[in-house]
Amino acid sequence: MNAFTKLMGTAALGFAMGAVALPVMAETPANMLVIANRIDDITTLDPAQSFEFAGSDVLRNIYGRLVNFDPLDLDAGYQADLATSWTVSEDGRTITFTMREGVKFHSGNPVRAEDVAFSFKRVVALNKTPSFILTQFGFTPENMDETITVDGNTVSITTDKRYATSFVLNCLTATIAGIVDEVTVMANEVDGDFGNEWLKTHSAGSGAYSLASWKPKESVTLNANPDFYLGEPAMKRVKVTHVQESATQRLMLERGDIDVARNLNPADVEGIRKAEGVEVMEEMRGRLMYISMNQKHPELSKPEVRQALKYLIDYEGMQNSFLKGAYVTHQNFLPRTYLGAVDENPFSLNVEKAKALLAEAGVDGLELTVGVRDAQERLEIGQSLQNTFAMAGIKLTLEVGTGKQVLSKYRARELDIYLGAWGPDYPDPHTNAGTFAYNPDNSDAAQATGLLAWRNAWDTGGLTEKSAAAVVEGDRSKREAMYHEIQATFRDTSPFAVMFQKIEPAGIAENVEGLNLGGAITAVSYWAVTK
Amino acid sequence: MTTETQTLRDWLLSETPTSRRHARLAAFYKGWLTLRANHMAMIGLAIIALLLGTALFAPWLAPHDPFVQDLAFRLQPLGTEGHVLGTDSLGRDILSRMIYGSRITLYIVALVVMIAPIAGLLVGTIAGYAGGWTDIVLMRITDIFLAFPRLILALAFVAALGAGIENAVLAIALTAWPPYARMARAETLTIRSSDYISAIRLQGAGPMRIITKHIWPLCISSLIVRVTLDMAGIILAAAGLGFLGLGAQPPSPEWGAMISEGRRFILDYWWIATMPGLAIFTVSLAFNLLGDGLRDVLDPKDSSS
Amino acid sequence: MASTHYTPKRQPRLPLPSWLKGTLVTLASISVTMLGLLFVTFFIGRVMPIDPVLAVIGERATQDQYHAAYLELGLDRSLAVQFAYYVWDVLHGDFGMSLLTARPVSQDIARVFPATMELATIGIIFGIVLGVPLGVIAAVRRGSWIDQIARVVALVGYSMPIFWLGLMGLLLFYGILGWVGGPGRQGIFFEDTFPSITGMILVDAALARDWPAFKDAFSHIVLPASLLGYYSLAYISRMTRSFMLEQLSAEYVTTARVKGMSEWAVVWNHAFRNIRVQLITVIALSYAGLLEGSVLTEIIFSWPGIGNYITTALLSADMNAVLGGTVVVGLIFVCLNIFSDLLYKIFDPRSK
Repeated sequence: MNAFTKLMGTAALGFAMGAVALPVMAETPANMLVIANRIDDITTLDPAQSFEFAGSDVLRNIYGRLVNFDPLDLDAGYQADLATSWTVSEDGRTITFTMREGVKFHSGNPVRAEDVAFSFKRVVALNKTPSFILTQFGFTPENMDETITVDGNTVSITTDKRYATSFVLNCLTATIAGIVDEVTVMANEVDGDFGNEWLKTHSAGSGAYSLASWKPKESVTLNANPDFYLGEPAMKRVKVTHVQESATQRLMLERGDIDVARNLNPADVEGIRKAEGVEVMEEMRGRLMYISMNQKHPELSKPEVRQALKYLIDYEGMQNSFLKGAYVTHQNFLPRTYLGAVDENPFSLNVEKAKALLAEAGVDGLELTVGVRDAQERLEIGQSLQNTFAMAGIKLTLEVGTGKQVLSKYRARELDIYLGAWGPDYPDPHTNAGTFAYNPDNSDAAQATGLLAWRNAWDTGGLTEKSAAAVVEGDRSKREAMYHEIQATFRDTSPFAVMFQKIEPAGIAENVEGLNLGGAITAVSYWAVTK
Repeated sequence: MTTETQTLRDWLLSETPTSRRHARLAAFYKGWLTLRANHMAMIGLAIIALLLGTALFAPWLAPHDPFVQDLAFRLQPLGTEGHVLGTDSLGRDILSRMIYGSRITLYIVALVVMIAPIAGLLVGTIAGYAGGWTDIVLMRITDIFLAFPRLILALAFVAALGAGIENAVLAIALTAWPPYARMARAETLTIRSSDYISAIRLQGAGPMRIITKHIWPLCISSLIVRVTLDMAGIILAAAGLGFLGLGAQPPSPEWGAMISEGRRFILDYWWIATMPGLAIFTVSLAFNLLGDGLRDVLDPKDSSS
Repeated sequence: MASTHYTPKRQPRLPLPSWLKGTLVTLASISVTMLGLLFVTFFIGRVMPIDPVLAVIGERATQDQYHAAYLELGLDRSLAVQFAYYVWDVLHGDFGMSLLTARPVSQDIARVFPATMELATIGIIFGIVLGVPLGVIAAVRRGSWIDQIARVVALVGYSMPIFWLGLMGLLLFYGILGWVGGPGRQGIFFEDTFPSITGMILVDAALARDWPAFKDAFSHIVLPASLLGYYSLAYISRMTRSFMLEQLSAEYVTTARVKGMSEWAVVWNHAFRNIRVQLITVIALSYAGLLEGSVLTEIIFSWPGIGNYITTALLSADMNAVLGGTVVVGLIFVCLNIFSDLLYKIFDPRSK
């Protein structure tokens, strides 16, 4: 019987040896950038439809736009990209762009003014979720042939009224304004879908990279465009792999299996700071974390109660503990670095003041439910709120669900309180003013489910008109002052307690240079990266 | 043997029981003696007793309130003064949370055990006794549920009903009943055709009476073994749901949810996920040890020892 | 032995040969089970408070866009009609489009299933290679220390939360020791370097004689597969032990011993030979269990398998994907069950 024991021992030993002898990779190839990121939110790679973070990251590197941001100088604002220059008509409604000569799509087709017109009309006709970024200027399927026109090497767009030019151009830097190759796309059209189905999984752009493959929830691979008009990128291949766990991303980075880790939680960021060969880069992003109070709730609609809740949030405690390095306190709806952003954060945890306000409102023993999606940082914020609300005698119950579950209720105006995050859609103050402080029709029948103010049944107390006025103001400094004023009122009276602004800490290998995550205004760019 | 000096033990071990109750107690006692000889089963039993005690006396045993946060004193290591097992991400005492967590574990186990085996027993015995179309339909339904990937079925139900501990219990029970139904049916089929049941039927007993009074008692012992062996599976399933965020909701100190919370810190603060992991492991092991021992006692025909 | 295949007692008397009748009954029972499976999944999907429309259009959509997507998904039709359409399509091999991956579900499953199969296969091999000898030794040396160890090994296997063990294993063997590859199926170097024929990377790499890629893929699979293998080891070794005990106490074994046959011959040539069929049944069931998609293991190891696929789909209300995945997994489960039943019927004299 000893033979069995031996046999088993040998098997176990062999197994262990096999494991020991395995190769351990130490470095990624010199001309390839490997990134770990959560990319399971990508559902399409059609620029007319994509509206998720990971999708914007991919599409920014594939599609050129008329105007765009320089990854090495984001503060400079929008710059010429596929358009070399533009002029604004006297009435301020028509902008005419002159196209850059000699730029080619990945297919080899030239980039023409017709492609621009096609791309914009395509957005209007498809009418997918992000299309409002363009259609808010009054483009409709009926009028688009008159409002979007081509003349030789120029393309003109005519808006329904006069808007701040910066507002229009900022919108044209968004993902949805990516220019697609009309010839290639229409060759793949099925049933009049403008190639929507095909573009979900293929690319037809003129940017620094083309799509090599997208394996849903696994990876996205990009190949460098050798004919990129700014010069062929140094990284010939970029691979973004989906890694869910922060700890795993960190291990992979420290082991040299990846160059960049995008989703690190504060504990792992601290760990990476101590590790060798890797460093942490931090960028302020546009995403805000807030709680909002449904104005259909009889108690929450009292201004004192709204104020009181804003004093029952431990901004500092959270920022310095579990949110350290991931969020900073920010109590205004415009993210820092945006036009009109302010740095005033008047609220802090003040239980006595909150109690006094609640007493003033005659509220006692309030019980509330907060909708939270099942992401760890939000669960922690939720539990911290639970803790501090309890100090003033408010019982807060967490209702946890997947993102879609909680969102459905929020959109149906069914939650007392929602703990949510909001990321700007385009780099203009109107992107947030137009949703936090704009709600022209507060009735249930309006079904303005896209507007945060509507979702909380808040009539904005006059801020709607002010926001509408600010977006058409041509003078930059006047416009800025208007946003200052709107935010001051908003901070004080709104049912929103904006709490934090996101900082993205990315772990990167020491030899990676020139990576830009896109700041608060755009997405990541790979073409300036070197190793 | 003289009646004067008869001890309780002798009475229990008597070869000639004097009453039904006597016989039953005697059988029970003999089983207990066999079980007691099995050291591993006794270890299991001891751990479970400890768990019960912990759950019962949680407020006295726990050094801290399991919900009180202290953001300034978070992620403390093992052996910190006042926090033997350290503190978690929100500065709550891990030991206290684990002690209170034992209540949740027991709660889940108790609820599932009250639902699944009884539902299975009901379906199985009715199918087995009635036969014909009833049998075909009931067993087909059982098969459908058996063919489901278990965790996925549970996930689907929790997703449908909403996350929460009661729904997690329901979902687990829903995936746990079919094997009981099959077992009960098989037993019923053998019992049904026995002379003993025929005799009772001839005495005029109705099907309800036969099932509840005569078939159920005979299925109980194998059911108990199966339940004990399944306990570990139930605990693991509940923890798995908690881990996926679909079980107990925060701030509840459910062990699986604690692992889920702690896994983010696994590289630098490994104990936060490890301690509840060990707790789950210990309790499941205890139930398995006990179940293994019980099988020897109650179910000799299926004995593997 | 649990078995899914159930033959009703009173069969209609058809003038058919018994094998054909058997096949027909089996087929009928599979179809009923599958239809039921579809129905239950479909029903769960429709009562779920996750809105499939939102999964498609995202947070900021207007009510018009919402309504357009609602119509496009056919959600305005009654549940019964939706179900009928769905079953009709499935019968034609069309599982519909996945909302999340923008591809046909059948294509998705063809991609993710080989990953699960590869993992389950390596896992079951691990379980057999270690579990069977362990069970045999435990039975032969009943009551010895090795029997006790086998028992503890098995019970520990039954009791360990796999997600915790997985995390710890990953931390130790990948993070600290660097003995194995990280999460995922392959290192980034080796992706797309050889043609994908079976979808199982080990097999494809071997076919392409790309040994470095093979080694790399092995380094990634070894940890999750041994974890799963440990679970099947626990089950297989316990069952082997009890089957062997039964045989070893049989009279013919005593006779063989008395005749002076070597212990090795008694154990392997006689006793073990007789438990082969039972063992295969156990292994088939255990394999079915692993193929069901070991959801938690796949999640911990970022393994793009079917368990992972169904779970993420479920949480985003991608019902076509959930239904398709569940049907495939259920079908495999049912088939493996029938396979083991058949084996039993053919080889085990007692069941005749």
